[in-house]
Amino acid sequence: MSTQPETASSDRTETLTVREAIRAALREEMEQDEDVFVMGEDVGKFGGVLDVTDGLFEQFGGERVRDTPISEAGFVGAGVGAAATGSRPVVEVMFSDFLGVSGEQIMNQMAKMRYMFGGKIEMPVTIRTTEGGGMGAASQHSGTPHTWFAHFPGLKAVTPGTPAAAKGLLKSAIRSNDPVFFFENKMMYEQSGEVPTDPGYTLPIGEASVEREGEDVTVVATQRLVGESLDVAEDLAGETSVEVIDVRSLYPLDTDTLADSIRKTGRMVVADESPISYGVHAEIVTRMVENEFFSLDAPLQRVGVPDTHIPFSSPLEDEVVPDGDDVRDAISQVV
Amino acid sequence: MSSISIEDTDGRREILRRMLTIREFDSTAGDLFADGEIPGFVHLYIGEEAVAVGACAALDEEDYITSTHRGHGHCIAKGLDPNRMMAELFGRRDGYCNGKGGSMHIADVEANMLGANGIVGAGPPLATGAALTSQFKGEDRIALAFLGDGAVAQGQVHEAINLAATWDLPAVFLVENNHFGEGTPADEQHNIENLSETAESYNIPGFTVDGMDVTAVNEAVAEARERARNGEGPTLIEADTYRYRGHFEGDPEPYRDEEDVKHWQERDPIDTFAERLIDRGDLTEAELEEMRSEIAAEIEAAVEYARDADLPDPSEAYDDMFGEPVPEIEEFASRLRADGAGGDSR
Ligand SMILES: Cc1ncc(C[n+]2csc(CCOP(=O)(O)OP(=O)(O)O)c2C)c(N)n1
Ligand SMILES: [Mg+2]
Repeated sequence: MSTQPETASSDRTETLTVREAIRAALREEMEQDEDVFVMGEDVGKFGGVLDVTDGLFEQFGGERVRDTPISEAGFVGAGVGAAATGSRPVVEVMFSDFLGVSGEQIMNQMAKMRYMFGGKIEMPVTIRTTEGGGMGAASQHSGTPHTWFAHFPGLKAVTPGTPAAAKGLLKSAIRSNDPVFFFENKMMYEQSGEVPTDPGYTLPIGEASVEREGEDVTVVATQRLVGESLDVAEDLAGETSVEVIDVRSLYPLDTDTLADSIRKTGRMVVADESPISYGVHAEIVTRMVENEFFSLDAPLQRVGVPDTHIPFSSPLEDEVVPDGDDVRDAISQVV
Repeated sequence: MSSISIEDTDGRREILRRMLTIREFDSTAGDLFADGEIPGFVHLYIGEEAVAVGACAALDEEDYITSTHRGHGHCIAKGLDPNRMMAELFGRRDGYCNGKGGSMHIADVEANMLGANGIVGAGPPLATGAALTSQFKGEDRIALAFLGDGAVAQGQVHEAINLAATWDLPAVFLVENNHFGEGTPADEQHNIENLSETAESYNIPGFTVDGMDVTAVNEAVAEARERARNGEGPTLIEADTYRYRGHFEGDPEPYRDEEDVKHWQERDPIDTFAERLIDRGDLTEAELEEMRSEIAAEIEAAVEYARDADLPDPSEAYDDMFGEPVPEIEEFASRLRADGAGGDSR
């Protein structure tokens, strides 16, 4: 059982969707470590409502791919208890909105046990869940609550923006002895990209990735907005040189990579699907102000949800869920 | 007083009509979803009509209900207007939630229908709260929570029932045991056979009734309502029923056989009740056919109503967050007005 994720690079890659990359990460970690098990609602025989865990039940059986009753407080808490006693659970909470049901075990047990016990236990639990609007799923199935978890002391939170990041970060999350929230975005499952095949491949939690280099403005993005920002950067090429960074890890946050970028461009747009006030955007902006105040050439811009819930009807949903056009507008405000 | 009396002919015909309306509404909603006209998640109530209608017929219009993700049947049983329901499924401004809610969130507080719910198990605490209002204000109304068999495994359901039991609140908890929570059979989620057995641990009455029989459900809820109104506290009723369609529209249903569905369809709640009414002379075959075609026309009209209704304006996304507006959201909305497009960048 490894404690620290190590980075192994490999030349060989395969084309996977985000869904397949997550499934591959789960499969490889379960093959490598028999303490790893998966549980959640309909993750087993049904293969997950969003199909992510398809085939794992057939390969590993019901002991290691466990269908739970509809009891998020109970089974997230059981994940905490199991992690504290030497298992390595990967718990799926079907939609991130349902994390509300398991709030107590997350806030007061998972996040605090190691600290309160004077460091005497490990907490190797991973929570996988899906976020985001765009499906007409309405307010209780479309939220992006990751700020809460990134904010809460004692929890780590990652938000991959590519299939490779999804695989590498999930493997690191599972190997980590700290509680890690792995936030998927439900509009990204079909997005495909090149992913290393080496079973040793992981990505360190706490490192951002420069996905495209540029000179004029930095777009710091998460999840779906990484891809959409790359498209905007491509469209603007020749006119404006846009650097795009996938934050990958909300907490810990890679301040250095972001600071290096803004030192070069002097301008920044933070694009994240969480609500704007008191969020991920604010944290990133603050770190830039604290570290690179004298590099800033323009007001920093935030792209996110305008402090509403996600409504059902598509004209309303389209209005509040941020996309590439909003990133483009924000860029035009500062260059 | 109950809203519809099963004791008289008109009442029985109305009960049949509501069950038929639910079936027609939901069959149509299923088709419209398949055609891509209705977006999002849609969970149909087909097969379970006797539970919602039997229960709501025993309630007074002043009584509250809370519903589930599978809420269309509860809405129609409580007397909601199919036009405005359909408009909500279509995301129109004229829908019950002005297009903000969709299938999983239809609510009509004027009809004391406190909302379908996207969170499994979230209704019972709300019903306990509505019952608390009734007790607190010395009113005569009760609150009934519909919940699924799967929801019985939720901690907040247990807490809600315990609270209602401890305070003798005028509540009824009605478990619709359709034998599955999504793809997982009920017996893999619970260690007891009849979910009504849990009533014992709260020291409240608990019954399992035939949920395919509208009369049985109606009787059980009517009695539970009397107890609640007499200050004797809540009752837990389990209605044994079945959903004919997948968990959600588009569900591949790998977890069950077509045969199981057929088996339950032999005891179809609408067919059996219609037969009974015909046998006792409440209704002729011809009148039944007439009723069916009236309902088909009514639902077709609801679809037309929904199609013709306006979509909300994007600016309406900023409405309804608070009773007293906040400058933050005003500012986002004004930026929309300024650039005329989706402008939530800052
Ligand atoms: C808190 C929460 N967990 C999980 C879900 C996903 N989900 C929606 S419906 C459902 C099954 C519910 O089963 P049951 O209560 O028996 O109702 P039924 O669908 O059978 O009517 C699940 C797991 C949810 N909506 N909310
Ligand atoms: Mg069920």
